[in-house]
Amino acid sequence: MQINKNLLVDLTNVGVQRGKRWLVRGVDLKIDLGEILTLIGPNGSGKSTTAKLVLGIINPSEGQVQRNTTTGIGYVPQTVKIDWTLPLNVRRFMRLTNSINLNQIHAALDLAGVMHLENEQIRNLSGGEFQRVLLARAISAKPKLIVLDEPMQGVDFNGEIAIYELIKDIRDELSAGILLISHNLHIVMASTDKVICLNGHVCCSGTPKVVASSKEYKELFGVRAVKELAIYEHSHDHTHLPDGSVEQQKET
Amino acid sequence: MFDDFFTRALIAGIGVAIVAGPLGCFIVWRKLAYYGDTISHASLLGVALAILLNSNTTLFVFIIATIIALSLLLLQARANVSADSLLGILAHSSLALGLISLSFITWIRVDIMSFLFGDILAVSVPDLLIIYVGGSIVLGITVIIWRPLFAGTVDMELAKAEGVNIRLYDFVFMLLVAGVVAISIKVVGLLLITALLIIPAVTARRFSSGPEQMAIIASLVGVLAVISGLFSSLEWDTPSGPSIVLSAFCLFLISILPIWGLKAYYYRLNSKLNG
Repeated sequence: MQINKNLLVDLTNVGVQRGKRWLVRGVDLKIDLGEILTLIGPNGSGKSTTAKLVLGIINPSEGQVQRNTTTGIGYVPQTVKIDWTLPLNVRRFMRLTNSINLNQIHAALDLAGVMHLENEQIRNLSGGEFQRVLLARAISAKPKLIVLDEPMQGVDFNGEIAIYELIKDIRDELSAGILLISHNLHIVMASTDKVICLNGHVCCSGTPKVVASSKEYKELFGVRAVKELAIYEHSHDHTHLPDGSVEQQKET
Repeated sequence: MFDDFFTRALIAGIGVAIVAGPLGCFIVWRKLAYYGDTISHASLLGVALAILLNSNTTLFVFIIATIIALSLLLLQARANVSADSLLGILAHSSLALGLISLSFITWIRVDIMSFLFGDILAVSVPDLLIIYVGGSIVLGITVIIWRPLFAGTVDMELAKAEGVNIRLYDFVFMLLVAGVVAISIKVVGLLLITALLIIPAVTARRFSSGPEQMAIIASLVGVLAVISGLFSSLEWDTPSGPSIVLSAFCLFLISILPIWGLKAYYYRLNSKLNG
């Protein structure tokens, strides 16, 4: 088998079990250099769990995770809580896991558009500012794999679009592979190469064009009211039971 | 200069305070106050063992503290008890076991009070040597692992994702806490060690804009508490260990006084230092 040099992460039929419950199961996922992969799914669908598998924070209960760990990883977690007892300004926060120099810090802050916050205490930042700082920190050491877990939290609509533009710029600049987690498909569409819909397992996947031109997509996004839930019903070969298990639909 | 018992006490106390500052910051940041208590309570068992085997107290306190820390890790992984309750169980069981072990030692008159509340005025030159050699090792390792340990403190998963070996540094940190407890037991006693770790760190918080700054200020506050505590103990003939802790508490009270001018001054100072 030929080894793909551009392959950063390869998940094969991966599952994570906690107690008797499977958080995710049967996930296949590949991330290449220079590719933006988006994971979408409702709350509790295993998006963050999948991200943590990709990052190596948790180990799979079944299946295989292969990671090219030599490339450096940047991570924007879903939540980072900075306690009052912890004095920490943006500049020191940038150097959390890497001993990067001041020029690199400035370059990253500049790219994320938060240069002016360099000396601010992390605790005093607004939600949107903090997201941008997290993004700047994740890219500061120029990693080849970047994982963004809902990077648009606390960001208003215009800010959201700006952040997606920024993510695209980062991809072009660093030619990095990016795993983006979102529950908001219609904004992500424009800036992603591949979409995976997750709901405990992979419901569907493909390029955004394929997904967007599909009948299901129009059904999903034509009617605003049903869009959030309906996304996950588009491949009608199975139903989700209340206890989270999946029932395959019988042929009629 | 080491002939005078008071000088020795001062030097011992200052040494312990310098080491306790940075580690105390991590205990505060990681919300491990109760953990520090557990380790220090358990160290009485180490004291009893050292007397029974006629060996070095510091060494045995360090060994017992390490064993308690390891069993805590194991029990946490196995048992369905919350970490909080588990600490309570271990802290007081080991304290009780230590007291009972000491009660078996009938051939030497053991002054339990000196272990509970410290006996800094009885510090000998070999004690000083232990405090400074042990303290240098603890402080040196703390400086070496500072960045990854701090990264894991801010956000465990973020640090782990970006390649920090969390388990290793958590384990080393536990050894460091065991080490600082072992060298402090003579100075403030096992019931008051946590105070010497936590109070200077929290006092330093208000005057700090960065973690490294807070660690250094915590050491300075600790040193100040030791000096003022020992002198007031000399002046008013009060027990030394508790006097040191009480001075630290007074410094803490001063630090939370709502002197707004002072706060604004520090704010300006901080922004000047940073920019």
